[in-house]
Amino acid sequence: MLKATVYVTIKQGVLDPQGVAVQGALHSMGFQEVESVRIGKYMELSLNTDNREEAERQLKAMCEKLLANTVVEDYRYELEG
Amino acid sequence: MKFAVLVFPGSNCDIDCYKAVEEVGEPVDYVWHTATDLSAYDCILVPGGFSYGDYLRCGAISRFAPVMNEVAKAAEQGKYILGICNGFQILTEAGLLPGALLRNTSMKFRCHDTVLNVVNNQTPFTHDFAENEEIIIPIAHGEGNYYCDEATLKQLQQNNQIIFTYKDNPNGSLADIAGISNEQGNVVGMMPHPERAVSELLGSADGKRMFTSILKAWRDTHGTASVR
Repeated sequence: MLKATVYVTIKQGVLDPQGVAVQGALHSMGFQEVESVRIGKYMELSLNTDNREEAERQLKAMCEKLLANTVVEDYRYELEG
Repeated sequence: MKFAVLVFPGSNCDIDCYKAVEEVGEPVDYVWHTATDLSAYDCILVPGGFSYGDYLRCGAISRFAPVMNEVAKAAEQGKYILGICNGFQILTEAGLLPGALLRNTSMKFRCHDTVLNVVNNQTPFTHDFAENEEIIIPIAHGEGNYYCDEATLKQLQQNNQIIFTYKDNPNGSLADIAGISNEQGNVVGMMPHPERAVSELLGSADGKRMFTSILKAWRDTHGTASVR
C-alpha cells in the first residue's frame, strides 16, 4: 500500500479570489507581514500497489485527467510507503 | 427538431430548459447522465445547477458521465450544443470549450439580471438578435469568472468566438466574457440563463430568441419540408 498526497493550487498569474480575501482578512487582523495567500486543495489517496513507478504514472494521469484542471491549476504530489 | 436536456445528479435548471423548448413548440426529452445514445437529438442542452455538488471543481465529475462521450460525438457531428451556467462549466472541463471558470472576484454568489452585449449574432444561437444588441438575461452563479490564457483569448477574438459580453462585469470575467463558442461555432457555453428569460412575465423575453435562433438555424440547414 502506498500513500499519495496531492496538492492542487491555482496557477501563479491566475487570480485566486479566495486567497486575496483571506489576505485582506489577515491584514485587517494586523498581520501586515502577509505578502500573499494562495489557497489550494490537499488530497490523500491510498493506492493498492507497491510498485512506486506504476503508482507515480497512475497518479500523474489522475492529476492530469481529474484532480487538477491544468488550464488554471498546478499540482504536485508526494508518494510515501 | 428534437432537443435533449441532459440531467445530472444536482442539475436544477433542467425543468426551465425543458419549458423553454416547449415555449418554441419543439419536442424535447430529459436525458439522464448515464445515457449512451444521443443520435435522436439535433440540439443538446446542458443545463445549470450543481452537478455532483460542485465537488472538486464545478463540472469536474460530470464531465466523465457516460453521456458526455455522446456529447463529444454530437459536437463532432456539428450538432448544436448549448451549455448554460453549470453546463458551461461542464463543457470547459470536458475540453469542448476553451478556458475555465473561476470563483467570482467578489467571492459572492451573484443572482440578478444582467445586460449582455450580443458580440456575434452570426451564429446558429444568436441569429435572432441584432449585432451589438443589448439584451437582459439573468445570472445566478458563484463561479462564472471566465479565464483563459492570452493566446486563447486572441484566438477567441480572431475567430469571433466571443458571443456575449457583460455590460457591467459581475464576476471578474476576462474581457467581460459572458458566453463563447468553439471554433466551429456549434458549441456554445454561457453563464447567464436564457431559459429563465423566455417571457415578459419573468422580467425579460430576450432569452427566448436563442431558442428561436437555434430552431431557425436547424430549419435552414435541414429544409422546411423534412419530417419533424
